[in-house]
Amino acid sequence: MSKELIRLTNVSMVFDENTVVLDNINLYFNDAEFLTLLGPSGCGKTTTLRIIGGFQKPTSGDVFFDGVRINDVPPYKRQINTVFQKYALFTHMNIYDNVAFGMRISKTPEADIRRRVDEALNMVNLSGFEKRSVNALSGGQQQRVAIARAIVNRPKVLLLDEPLGALDLKLRKEMQTELKKIQQQVGITFVYVTHDQEEALTMSDTIVVMNEGRIQQIGTPIDIYNEPKNAFVANFIGESNIISGVMERDYCVRFAGREFACTDKGFAAKEAVDIVVRPEDLMISEPANGQMVGKVDSVVFKGIFYEVMVESQDFRWKVQTTRAPQKGQLIGLSVDPDNIQVMHKR
Amino acid sequence: MKKKYLAVPYVVWMAVFVIVPLVLVLLYALGSRDGSFTLDNFRTMTQYWGVFASSFQLALIATAVCLLIGYPVSYWLSREGPGIKRIAMIAIMLPMWMNFLLRTYAWMSILENTGIINTVLGNLGFFELFNGVFGTNLKYFPMINTPGAVVLGMVYNYLPFMILPIYTVIDKIDPKVIEAAEDLGANSIQVFWKIIFPLSLPGVLSGVAMVFIPAVSTFAISKLLGGGMTMLLGDLIEMQFYGSAYNPYLGSAISLVMMVIVLICMTIINRFGEGEGEAMYF
Ligand SMILES: Nc1ncnc2c1ncn2[C@@H]1O[C@H](COP(=O)(O)OP(=O)(O)OP(=O)(O)O)[C@@H](O)[C@H]1O
Ligand SMILES: [Mg+2]
Repeated sequence: MSKELIRLTNVSMVFDENTVVLDNINLYFNDAEFLTLLGPSGCGKTTTLRIIGGFQKPTSGDVFFDGVRINDVPPYKRQINTVFQKYALFTHMNIYDNVAFGMRISKTPEADIRRRVDEALNMVNLSGFEKRSVNALSGGQQQRVAIARAIVNRPKVLLLDEPLGALDLKLRKEMQTELKKIQQQVGITFVYVTHDQEEALTMSDTIVVMNEGRIQQIGTPIDIYNEPKNAFVANFIGESNIISGVMERDYCVRFAGREFACTDKGFAAKEAVDIVVRPEDLMISEPANGQMVGKVDSVVFKGIFYEVMVESQDFRWKVQTTRAPQKGQLIGLSVDPDNIQVMHKR
Repeated sequence: MKKKYLAVPYVVWMAVFVIVPLVLVLLYALGSRDGSFTLDNFRTMTQYWGVFASSFQLALIATAVCLLIGYPVSYWLSREGPGIKRIAMIAIMLPMWMNFLLRTYAWMSILENTGIINTVLGNLGFFELFNGVFGTNLKYFPMINTPGAVVLGMVYNYLPFMILPIYTVIDKIDPKVIEAAEDLGANSIQVFWKIIFPLSLPGVLSGVAMVFIPAVSTFAISKLLGGGMTMLLGDLIEMQFYGSAYNPYLGSAISLVMMVIVLICMTIINRFGEGEGEAMYF
């Protein structure tokens, strides 16, 4: 259905001869896709965006737009707009002129500009701020101006570098919905950078998990959450219990001192593996009915559930449950076979 | 503030070296030889209207030339690497370490009728060629003792004061802001006129102020390079204190009027800069 829009092939970025910031990135995304780059601070997300935007030339590798190599195309000729991580607003202009900047460059009629600036400011909840100067805005307001300034041009691709980082929780949720709506209505391709994994999971069509300049996993939010490829991804996306184990044979894995049925196969016999169990997938029971037995170490109320730490024979389990056990109580723990995720050790 | 007393030296300094002289100037300007209070000095002054006019004219020309040279230099400099920046800065500052009079004397010997330029051109046979083509009869180019030489002297002496503030402001512009403009479709010419130039205006304004104020009140330059042909305000004032025309009362009145005019000019310039961020005065 949708066609490929941008592709990075074997892109590497090396600063100062030997600081490898991006290591052989291969990535493509489709027209009108919502793609999220997710990873810890310093993993190369901004650098990847800058390469797509044309602000940085990759040390090696190629960037294609619609099948055309664009390594040497300057930023102002790319049909790409960016919401910068540090906003980069024009401090010598008022809010209206900031948002109108791109359309004035492209010589859009002033009446259209007026209408679209109004629309854009309305969308980011900043109607009435037109005449304000940039310096008279809070960080969150500046961030929203940066979003309006980019999105008002209806580019083919919008690069957003942590565009909601400075907003409070409520406003962030509102803006998430709003951005997603625009992205779907106008059909813009979003490349979205965040380190908020919940934001990534709720908004994206595709998530790219990065660490130390390498892509760890590419997939839909459901894939990434349910079938993390390695311990890093499992740890980074959502809460998880990661425990070492041994694959006894197909559909059978040994950890925490006993064998468990599982849904994985194709591992070498006796291969050492990492096992991921999500805290919400552990079920609490009477000690006699559990696959494992442990002692409740702490109970913390988290709003819609309790987070319970359970000390068992050789592992400390994190469990999420709606019914709180007593601290010090002995309980049983069990897990369904399809909630056990087995991964190769790295 | 608890430690107010720490400001005492500053206050004393300001009082002794700024307020007292100003008050003295004011008293003298309103005084006369016989010690009575009078406005006569200001009346006498009107006959020097021509000196005011030529001072402001030459200072304006010099400021404009400094801006035309200084802006491109600052812009170019801000885009160079740190090594070139450092070397260029030294080159710009170096002449300022030399005595002001010495520098100006140097220009005298360069520009004189028998000076370096004319001698070299003469030895090269340039004047025969020139006279042949234009039908003139020149032995040298008259350069010294012209208003042009005075402007040259001003530009040479005050150019660093134009370059430094402009360079400082341009150099501080966040590269991300320029990238943002490029991102929104602006080519390099548009980036310059819509982003860099407006953002550099505070530097331009303080550069203009820092060149114009000393230029309008200079006396040594016009004396040495203008040969007294073009009398400027500075010369006029100096004459009232040291010269034959000894009259400190008139001299103070002229100084006062000049200060007021400069102050008005600066206020107007500052108006232009409002909303362009803080104009800097060093
Ligand atoms: N111009 C540069 N010269 C040298 N190193 C750089 C340069 N730009 C970025 N880096 C390094 O590259 C690495 C990745 O930087 P990048 O800005 O892409 O991280 P990020 O994933 O966006 O992080 P964050 O979430 O903190 O914004 C960092 O270690 C950074 O120090
Ligand atoms: Mg970043």
